[in-house]
Amino acid sequence: MEKRRIIYQRPDVLTDRSTHYCPGCGHGIIHRLVAELLDEMSLAPRTIGVASVGCSVFAYDYLDIDFVESPHGRAPAVATGVRRLRPDAFVFTYQGDGDLAAIGTAEIVHAAARGERLSVVFVNNGIYGMTGGQMAPTTPLGQRTTSSPTGRDALTAGYPIPITEMLALLPGVVYAARGSIADPSAIGKTKAMLRRSFELQEAGHGLSIVEILSTCPVGWAMTATEAMEHVAADVVGTYPLGVMVDRAKAAATGREA
Amino acid sequence: MTTLTARSSVRPVLMKGNEAMAEAAIQAGCDAYFGYPITPQAELLEWMARRMPEEGRVFVQAESELAAINMGLGAAATGARVLVSSSSPGISLMAEAMSYMAGSELPLVLINVMRGGPGLGSIGPSQSDYFQAVKGHGHGDYRVPVLAPSSIAEAVDLVASAFEIAERYRTPTMLLADGVMGQAMEPVVPVYRTLARVTPGWALTGADGRPARVVRSLHLLPEELERHNRHLQAKYSTIEEREVRWAGERLEDAEIAIVAYGTAARVARTAIDRAREQGLAVGLFRPITLWPFPSEALAALAPKLRAILVVELSAGQMVEDVRLAVAGRSPVLFHGRTGGIVPTPGEVVDALRRTWDLADAPQIGAT
Repeated sequence: MEKRRIIYQRPDVLTDRSTHYCPGCGHGIIHRLVAELLDEMSLAPRTIGVASVGCSVFAYDYLDIDFVESPHGRAPAVATGVRRLRPDAFVFTYQGDGDLAAIGTAEIVHAAARGERLSVVFVNNGIYGMTGGQMAPTTPLGQRTTSSPTGRDALTAGYPIPITEMLALLPGVVYAARGSIADPSAIGKTKAMLRRSFELQEAGHGLSIVEILSTCPVGWAMTATEAMEHVAADVVGTYPLGVMVDRAKAAATGREA
Repeated sequence: MTTLTARSSVRPVLMKGNEAMAEAAIQAGCDAYFGYPITPQAELLEWMARRMPEEGRVFVQAESELAAINMGLGAAATGARVLVSSSSPGISLMAEAMSYMAGSELPLVLINVMRGGPGLGSIGPSQSDYFQAVKGHGHGDYRVPVLAPSSIAEAVDLVASAFEIAERYRTPTMLLADGVMGQAMEPVVPVYRTLARVTPGWALTGADGRPARVVRSLHLLPEELERHNRHLQAKYSTIEEREVRWAGERLEDAEIAIVAYGTAARVARTAIDRAREQGLAVGLFRPITLWPFPSEALAALAPKLRAILVVELSAGQMVEDVRLAVAGRSPVLFHGRTGGIVPTPGEVVDALRRTWDLADAPQIGAT
């Protein structure tokens, strides 16, 4: 008799429904990573997610956990309220770059400064995808968008904001890292970063943020494949991958953070 | 929501309005407070900073009014009893989240200790946020119940009422005080009410052994959003039927009624005493809920009056709702001061005298 074993299946937390995301969009992959970890770490029954404004607001349609929807940019403040009232919950925000790095900069900076025990899943595709592909503060220089039709010009539109590096300076941030979803190897590393973030929250540490370089093929006017290649070849030039700070590890090994 | 206990101290204590409202919230069972310093409500935040940790409850001083109200939103989503307070400029910043909470049907009590506006205005007392409070505040079709105390003892009671209304109807609820109510000290015998604890069936606790819950205001399908809006409107109709509160004083023989709330009603009371000494039969109609507005009671009263005088610490805001309610059944005149100035009883008596004389003129009565 033929022996069968399961080598791949849908995580329990991921709902059995087609997403509204465009072909080649990174949210599907990142939702799956979050779902896998919530399953593997048995966190789902006490997880409260905070959805933000942008394409990923519908995360609550695809992740079968309790969710509260936040006003644009305010997810870290909403998550602070959830965290303080539910000390035993696992709490994460899922935010895009328009949400976190533009309208919500005050909220993320101060949640980080307070060292709120939260995991921040920060999906950076350098564009406002939901509203039609406008320039974001994270848009790389020279990139054409619907609101920078001749390419982002530093003279008039300033420079891309490396907000994860900025947050890494704050003592309240226990862990800050940047991964991508450009290829299977990068996805594996990104999952390890998310796992580290989730484990640190469970261990009682402060805020951790994992920035994930993602795609917006429609907003970038690229095919899905071109978009993935663009992340791997170009976007990482503006946003280098790696762990910026791991204060828990530094404390454990006695080295400076 | 049932009241478990009513407690009062044996003798009057001297209390500042901001502190009395803060303690009333604690006694009512407030689980969490979020705020940001702003005059003239800072003592409320300071009281909570000291008292909430003593009670083992949550206090966070936020980085902005935006963050404070959104922390409140997150806390309310877990089913907690939440208080947020601010003053006029800060309340403007909170409009966004109030709209989200109305749409998401989250209960929360917001205290506005009003100061003069527009803009940074002044730190003096004012009632110029009436429109903002009762006409919507943020974007979208929604209403917020608004309670307006006119004494510190009443403020203590209405804080508990605000939590009751918020939780009964799953709606953000506002307590509209002004700088005098916040800053004044008066002897009160505070009657604190402690409210029963209910864990609502929609609260986010983690989907352990039950289907996941989502607290949201987004409904992208137009038909779905209209259905949701009809549900909200039906709820507001119920609130209009059941929650109207007002108080009448010396209206039995009154020929003129002053309509005033909050601090303006206190000035009116003194003015009425003096006017009656001068032979003018004046009474006070004091709305306690500004939304729902006591329109029916005022409409019933109007035909018995020579005229109505509305007194506000504003350029004339509630007077519009009075005119809507009265619908021409009585002349409606207005006296108001702005900028942080409280009208004196003498001014109000003068205004009453003018109202009396005008109402005597047949052409005014006929309009």
